[in-house]
Amino acid sequence: MRISFSLALLCALFVSACTDAPSAPMPTYFAEETPSNLSEWGQVTIEDRALALGADVAPYDLNTALFTDYAHKLRTIWMPEGVAATYKEETVFDFPVGAVITKTFYYPQAASGLADEVALTEISGELFDGAHLPLKRVKLIETRVLVNRAEGWEALSYRWNKEQTDATLLKTGDILPLTLVSADGAKEPFNYIVPNVNQCASCHATDSNTREIWPIGPKARHLNRDFDYPHGANNQLAHLQTVGYLTGVPGVDTAPKNAAWDDASAGIEALARSYLDINCSHCHSPVGPADTSGLFLEPHTIGPNLGLCKLPIAAGAGTGNRFWGIKPGDPEGSILWYRLNNTKPDVMMPEIGRSTIHDEGVALIAAWISQMDGECE
Amino acid sequence: MVKRKLLISTLGLALVACGGQDQNAGQVSETGRPFETVLLEKLIEAEPGDVIEIPEGKFSFNQSLSLMVDGVTIRGAGHDKSILSFKDQVAGAEGILVTASDFTIEDLAIEDTTGDALKVNGGENIVIRGLRVEWTNGPATENGAYGLYPVQTKNVLMEDNIAIGASDAGIYVGQSQNIVIRNNRVEYNVAGIEVENSIGADVYGNVATNNTGGILVFNMPNLPQPGYGTRVFDNDVFANNTQNFAHEGSAVAGIPTGTGILINSNDQIEIFNNRIADNDTANVIISSLYTAGYVDKAVQDTFDAYPEAIWIYQNEFQGGGAKPDGEAFEAIRVGLFGPEGRLPDVFFDGYVDESKFVDGEWAADQRICVSDEGVDLLNIDAPNGFAAPRVESELYRCTLNALPEISLAFLN
Repeated sequence: MRISFSLALLCALFVSACTDAPSAPMPTYFAEETPSNLSEWGQVTIEDRALALGADVAPYDLNTALFTDYAHKLRTIWMPEGVAATYKEETVFDFPVGAVITKTFYYPQAASGLADEVALTEISGELFDGAHLPLKRVKLIETRVLVNRAEGWEALSYRWNKEQTDATLLKTGDILPLTLVSADGAKEPFNYIVPNVNQCASCHATDSNTREIWPIGPKARHLNRDFDYPHGANNQLAHLQTVGYLTGVPGVDTAPKNAAWDDASAGIEALARSYLDINCSHCHSPVGPADTSGLFLEPHTIGPNLGLCKLPIAAGAGTGNRFWGIKPGDPEGSILWYRLNNTKPDVMMPEIGRSTIHDEGVALIAAWISQMDGECE
Repeated sequence: MVKRKLLISTLGLALVACGGQDQNAGQVSETGRPFETVLLEKLIEAEPGDVIEIPEGKFSFNQSLSLMVDGVTIRGAGHDKSILSFKDQVAGAEGILVTASDFTIEDLAIEDTTGDALKVNGGENIVIRGLRVEWTNGPATENGAYGLYPVQTKNVLMEDNIAIGASDAGIYVGQSQNIVIRNNRVEYNVAGIEVENSIGADVYGNVATNNTGGILVFNMPNLPQPGYGTRVFDNDVFANNTQNFAHEGSAVAGIPTGTGILINSNDQIEIFNNRIADNDTANVIISSLYTAGYVDKAVQDTFDAYPEAIWIYQNEFQGGGAKPDGEAFEAIRVGLFGPEGRLPDVFFDGYVDESKFVDGEWAADQRICVSDEGVDLLNIDAPNGFAAPRVESELYRCTLNALPEISLAFLN
């Protein structure tokens, strides 16, 4: 049912796509064993010197994304025939067993063509045409897989080989020395860190009491936006419902919606809260692993728990000799700014997942704190 | 599958126990791979019941290690023999991060982590025994914050450990319940031992010396759990006079250099049978978050910043208070006790919650009691800007009901 629908649509709109579609790999759900090669999952695969999606694999974006050393990310959702996720207003959608979510981390190639140099660009996803990511323009780093098995979600990481033909399972993680090259030629060497299985959990075990692994991105407020599908732009929630992956979606106008990172009209407050939500709130929530800090960065937190004139609890060097989480009007006097604008392992936030500073993110948080009124003392 | 693996590891243990000669029982001799990689895999693939042995030797790690499986023991060959060094660490906020219950770690050293040495976040039935956590360069602001750091845990035993050089607390327990901290040695940390926002702790048999503050019992605001119920007894707390080297803004940055035992904004505390000597500011300080320089604005409405129900008795005091940290305290010393004098053994900042008074007096069970004749209490009158500092020991000659002993049933 699902296959025939999408094939028909593809044929109707893109005649050329028809010739590719029959050869698209068939995604597979592995209930117990974990394949050593990413290609066995059939979610994404190399075809004609491009990373292509498996049959019925739906790509998606987030309104604002987690920063990972300027890596670009191709996200996908797939489910076996006959099952669907249930819409949730605030939390991660209720996914069925068999659901597979992937996230492929890649960089645009640097002009030098050197293997360890990658381009630092705005993360817009423009290299992905809705179906393909051309290898002549990108360097694939790793693909992370979240699979919902009967006993719960499991997080895996596959590292792409030098030849960019497949990726292999890497349980113990790795450190890849890379260099980011800006448009003006400036170079910034950094360590790209492929997480080990436990590091996956340090973000994805979002409830420190159950310590179960959960996806983070697939929430209504992150997905409620348009995506340029091969057959045209559509709201992602509406699309996922149309293709049968999601049920119970209210009108997309009534579903919650975080500010999109590139939507200047949203205003600094909304942009900053959207940024803190996706970058921080999986740990900094009342049930997250960082609940020990009393700092909660979900969209609706207010007062000291948001950091306003809040004393640090166990920040150590993370205080940077500052007294308050957020000191209104004074970003550089705020611990929040200091920890985002830092790469020392015992100071920086998030604690893992980046080795570089997200200048644009830091600037956004600085602008947000600058416009706040009030005094802490 | 799980069952079979458990059986195998049990067999392995039994063999080792019987033979008793295979020192490297835990170290699989896999194809000559470095132990660092082997350990990382063992931690990731651990199953309940596993004992992960750390052989003799010094092993270097450039990232944090972590364990997320319940029921695992990590065991070294001794705190001077099995050394995990994080001097080359480039990623991770701690040396070892544990999010698991029924966890035991013993007989090894964790050195030179960039952040905390061992953090146990959540979980029940935690044993940390015979460890040495140390920043080998000595006390320095750039050292990691905490040595041993269980937080939001329940049923915790920390014994026979050594903690040296932490830029916050050598041994810290936060937001936890039912805790025993005994027979440890803590030196050259900002705080030797710190119990924060925790309910039910026994701290005894420890040696705390050369820290900025020896043993601390704290409550901090904006946290889900206020702490109460800590007994500090049979400890040696002497010469904690190392200049405060904490990061500004951290809770311990306000500890006066030369503090023996410090109670801050916490309730239901007993301090008895300790030997407390030669701490230059004061052997015992009782204070409120208000004195630490913080104001109401930063604090949730429900936070009780007043230290209450504190009983100090039968301690052996010697020296101390002769060189208090800060001009205000020094002026009080010279003004009240003369150039050669010293501050009394118990030093109280004077913040009192009069809204809780009954008929203009402390409720009997809320008092601060210094019951032994000859042990003086100095009220420094901080609420009035030190306007009228005074020795008023006789107002504090009272006793409280003894607190219950902490028992850790899971050890039996």
